[in-house]
Amino acid sequence: MDYEPVIGLEVHAQLLTDTKIFCGCSTKFGEEPNSNTCPICIGLPGVLPVLNRKVVEYAMRMAMATHCRINERNTFARKNYFYPDLPKGYQISQYDHPLAEMGYVDVEINGGKKRIGITRIHMEEDAGKLIHDEEQPLSYVDLNRAGVPLIEIVSEPDMRSPEEGAAYLRRLHEILVYLEICDGNMEEGSFRCDANVSLRPKGREKFGTRAELKNMNSFRNVQRALEYEIVRQRGVLEKGGVVVQETRLWDDYQGITHSMRGKEEAHDYRYFPDPDLVDLSISKAWIEEIATTIPELPMEKRKRFVGEYGIPPYDAGVLTTSRALADFYEKVAELCGNPKIASNWVMGDFLAYLNENKLEVSESPVKPEALADMINLIDNGTISGKIAKEVFEAMWKSGKHPQDIIEKKGLKQMADAGELEKVVDDVLTANPKQIKQYKAGKEQLFGYFVGQTMKATEGKANPQIVNDILKKKLSE
Amino acid sequence: MDITRLTIHELTELLREGATTSIEITESVFKKIEAVEERVNAYITLTKDEAFKMAEKADKDIREGKAGALSGIPVAVKDNMCMKGVKTTCGSHILENFIPPYDATVVRKLKEAGAVITGKTNLDEFAMGSSTETSYFGVTRNPWDLERVPGGSSGGSAAAVASDECIAALGSDTGGSIRQPAAHCGVVGMKPTYGRISRYGLVAFASSLDQIGPITKDVEDCAIMMNGIAGYDANESTSVPEKVSDYRAFVSRDIEGWTVGIPKEYFIEGIDPEVLSSVNNAIKTMEALGAECREISLPHTEYCVAIYYIIAPSEASSNLARYDGVRYGFRQKGEEDLLDMYKTTRSSGFGAEVKRRIMIGTYALSSGYYDAYYKKASQVRMLLRNDFDEAFRTCDIILTPTTPTPAFTIGEKMDDPLQMYLSDIFTLSTNLAGVPGIVVPCGYTEGGLPIAVQFMASHFEEGKLIQAASAFEKNAGFARRRPEL
Repeated sequence: MDYEPVIGLEVHAQLLTDTKIFCGCSTKFGEEPNSNTCPICIGLPGVLPVLNRKVVEYAMRMAMATHCRINERNTFARKNYFYPDLPKGYQISQYDHPLAEMGYVDVEINGGKKRIGITRIHMEEDAGKLIHDEEQPLSYVDLNRAGVPLIEIVSEPDMRSPEEGAAYLRRLHEILVYLEICDGNMEEGSFRCDANVSLRPKGREKFGTRAELKNMNSFRNVQRALEYEIVRQRGVLEKGGVVVQETRLWDDYQGITHSMRGKEEAHDYRYFPDPDLVDLSISKAWIEEIATTIPELPMEKRKRFVGEYGIPPYDAGVLTTSRALADFYEKVAELCGNPKIASNWVMGDFLAYLNENKLEVSESPVKPEALADMINLIDNGTISGKIAKEVFEAMWKSGKHPQDIIEKKGLKQMADAGELEKVVDDVLTANPKQIKQYKAGKEQLFGYFVGQTMKATEGKANPQIVNDILKKKLSE
Repeated sequence: MDITRLTIHELTELLREGATTSIEITESVFKKIEAVEERVNAYITLTKDEAFKMAEKADKDIREGKAGALSGIPVAVKDNMCMKGVKTTCGSHILENFIPPYDATVVRKLKEAGAVITGKTNLDEFAMGSSTETSYFGVTRNPWDLERVPGGSSGGSAAAVASDECIAALGSDTGGSIRQPAAHCGVVGMKPTYGRISRYGLVAFASSLDQIGPITKDVEDCAIMMNGIAGYDANESTSVPEKVSDYRAFVSRDIEGWTVGIPKEYFIEGIDPEVLSSVNNAIKTMEALGAECREISLPHTEYCVAIYYIIAPSEASSNLARYDGVRYGFRQKGEEDLLDMYKTTRSSGFGAEVKRRIMIGTYALSSGYYDAYYKKASQVRMLLRNDFDEAFRTCDIILTPTTPTPAFTIGEKMDDPLQMYLSDIFTLSTNLAGVPGIVVPCGYTEGGLPIAVQFMASHFEEGKLIQAASAFEKNAGFARRRPEL
C-alpha cells in the first residue's frame, strides 16, 4: 500500500527580551548557574508574576508576520506537572485564549509554493535545566532559564514530507530572526522543534495514529528524524501492526528514534486560568503600533531584489538569509550603482571572508561604503577585477579604504598604451619560438602572451588594452 | 495601668505626648507574652530581638518628629506572610525551616510605617481550616475559654490581639479566616476588597480569594492599620490602582439615613439562638442609629459552600505543587527515585486537611471534570457576584451574622470536615464576590463567649464599613471587653 506521511510541527522560540517573562531577571545565556534568578523565578512561597510587556509585543510581531489573527482577549493558564526543573510545579502558559490563531506561512518546495497553516501562537515561560553528574550520582538544577519567555508556534498537520517539514522550519526560523525577536540558535535551545508524524494510506482523509518526536536540535536532525520515523511507521503498518501514540526521542548518534519509556500514559496537565494574572486585552491601537515595527520579511525582500536589482533568484536567496546581510548588500548596491557586481562581491569574497573568520555581518572590517568604492574603482578601470581581489584582502586585513591601498601598494591599473606597448614588445622579444608557433596557427597561444604580459606588470595591466596591442602586434 | 490593653490610637497619643516609649510598650507586650503564651499558643515564632531594634528606631523617629502611622506599635503577623530572615512556616511541617529572603509587601509597609513586629502567629496549615487546629505547631487556644478554639485560620493573630500579646495583627482571609477568628475572640477583623492590599509575599492558598487584612482591638485601630497597608502594588497583577481613602476619617461619622440590607438567606435554621438574638439586637442598634434595615435576598447564597470548596482547593492544589522537596523546605530523606521523593516528601510534609484539599482540587481540575466543577463553579461565582452588585444598588451595607455558633471546643469538629466547613458559611461569600467585610463584637453568650456581627459593602467601600462598624461599636457597648487570663 502507498502511504502518505502527515506532519505537524511545534516550535518553541525563546524571545530576545532583556528580562524574563514574569520578573526582572536577565535572560542572558551561559551565566553561572542560578545567578540569573530571584524569588519569583525560583518559585519561592508568596511570590507573584507580573507580565513583561515586551514579551507580548515580540509575540505579536511573530503573529503578524505569519498572518495570524490576534485575539483581543488573552488569558494565561497554569499547566500543572511535577519536574525538578519546574520550580512552581506548574508552567504559566496559554490555553483557552492564546495570543493568536489561524495564520500561515508560504514555503517554496521543489520550485513550487506551498501554504502551511499555523494553528496558534501562544506565550509561556521556559523551565530550568537539570545537570546530571552520573559519577556521584547527583542531579543539579540550574534555574537561569526558568522564566525566559517563549512563544510556541503550532502548525496545522499540513506537511507531507520531511523536506516540507524542514522548509517550514527554515521559514519560521528566518522570520523569527528577521523580526529580531529570537536569535534562532538551535544548539543553545533558543529555537526548538517537536514533530508529530503519522502515516495514512494515500487518498484517505482520516489521519493515522501519530508519534511525537523530540530531541532534534538541528534542521538536519529534524529532517533525519522524520525520515526515520516515516520508514519505521511504514514498517510497522506493512507488517500489519499498529502505530502506538507515544513520545519518541531522536537519537542523533544512532540515527533512530526510540520510545520514551514510562511516559506513555497521557499527562493530565489540569489547565486552569492562572488566578495570579488578569486577562490581557490587546487593543487595535496596540496591534497597529506593533505593525509599524515589522520589517520587510525575507520572502518579500527576495522578490524585490530579483525585480529591482535584476539578480537571479538564487542570488537573492543567498543575500536575504539574514537581515544584516541583505541590508549590507542593498547599501553596497545603491552606493556603487551596479547591483549585479555588488551581488557577486557580497556573495563571493565578502561571505567567504566572513565565514572563514566566523564573523557576523556587523563585525566585518569592510564596510559597505568601502566595498562600493572598490567596485567603482573596477568600473572606472582604476583596478582590474583580479587586482580587486588583492585589494579586498588588504581592505579586510587593514580596514583601510581601497584608494589608499591601491596607492600605497602601487596596484593602480596600467592603462597607458605606450607604456604597455613596451612591455608587450619585451614579452614578444623573449618568446620568438611561441610567436612562430602562433603564426603557424596555434592561436591558443594568444592567452599565453596575455598571461606573460600580466605577469610582467604584476597583474596591473588593463587586460583590454593588452589584448588590443597584442592583436595588433601579432598580426603584423 | 496595663498598657498592653490599650489600642493603637491610645498608645500613639501616649507616645506623641512622651508619656511612654515604644521600648516600654514592647517590653510590656513581651512580658504579657511570657505570662500567657504558654496557655494560648498564639505565636509560632517570636521576633524579640528584631522587635526591640524596631522599637528603638521608632522611639528615635518619634523624638525626631519622623513618626509613621504605626510608629512604635507592636504588631503580630500571621505566619503565612514572608518576613526577610525570619522563619515563615505556614503552620506546616513542609516549611518548618523555611526562611524567606524577602519581605512581603505588607511586612515592608508595616516596617515603613514604624511598626514593631513581635512575631509570626499560628494558623491552620496553609490557612486551611477554621480552628487553628491543623497547625503543625499545636492548637491555639481561645483566650475567652482555653478549652475552645480561637477560630481560624488566623486564630493565632486573633488570639494574640484578644490576649494583648500584641496591639494589632495581620491575618489573611480566604473564606473567613480573619473574620471568623476575630468573631470568636471578640476583636475587630476586616477582609478588604480583593486587590486592595498586596498579596505579594503572602503564601498563596487560593489566589483568587486570598486577601490580607487587620485584626484589631477596635474599629479605629482597624482604620489605622488599613491606612498603613492598603494600596496598589506593582508586584501584583491583581492589585488595583484605586485611590486609597483616609480610612480614619470615616471613624465617628453617623449613619443616619443609611439603608442596611439584611439578607434572608443568612438567617437559616441551625443558627445558635444566642448568636441569633445578638445579631437581631445589632439590627435594632443600627435602626436606633438612624439606619433603615430592610430584608433583601442574595439568591445564590446556598451555592457558596459548594463553589468555595471547588475553587479554593483547585487553586490550592496548584499553589502547593511547589512544595516538592527540591529547592527548599522539608524533604523526606531516603528517596529511591524522583517520584518516590515527591511522594514521600509530600505525604509526610503535609497534614491531613491540606492533603484532603489538594486531592479535592486535583480531582476538580482533572480533564473530563474541569467543565463540570471548576468552570461551572466559576460561572456560579459570577452570579453570586451579581447578587451583591444588585444588592448594593439599593443598600449602603449588608448586615449578617459572622458565624452560626460561638467558638466550639477543641477537637469537636476535627473528625467532621463538613461540619468544620460550615462554620465559614456566612463569610465565604465576600471572598467569592471580592467585596469587603468587617466583623465587630455584638454580644456575649451566657457562658461569656464573644459573638460578632458582620457588615459587608461594595468593592472598595472599606470606608463605609469603618463608618458603620465604628458607629455600631460606640453604641452597642461591647467594645474593649477583655478575657481574664
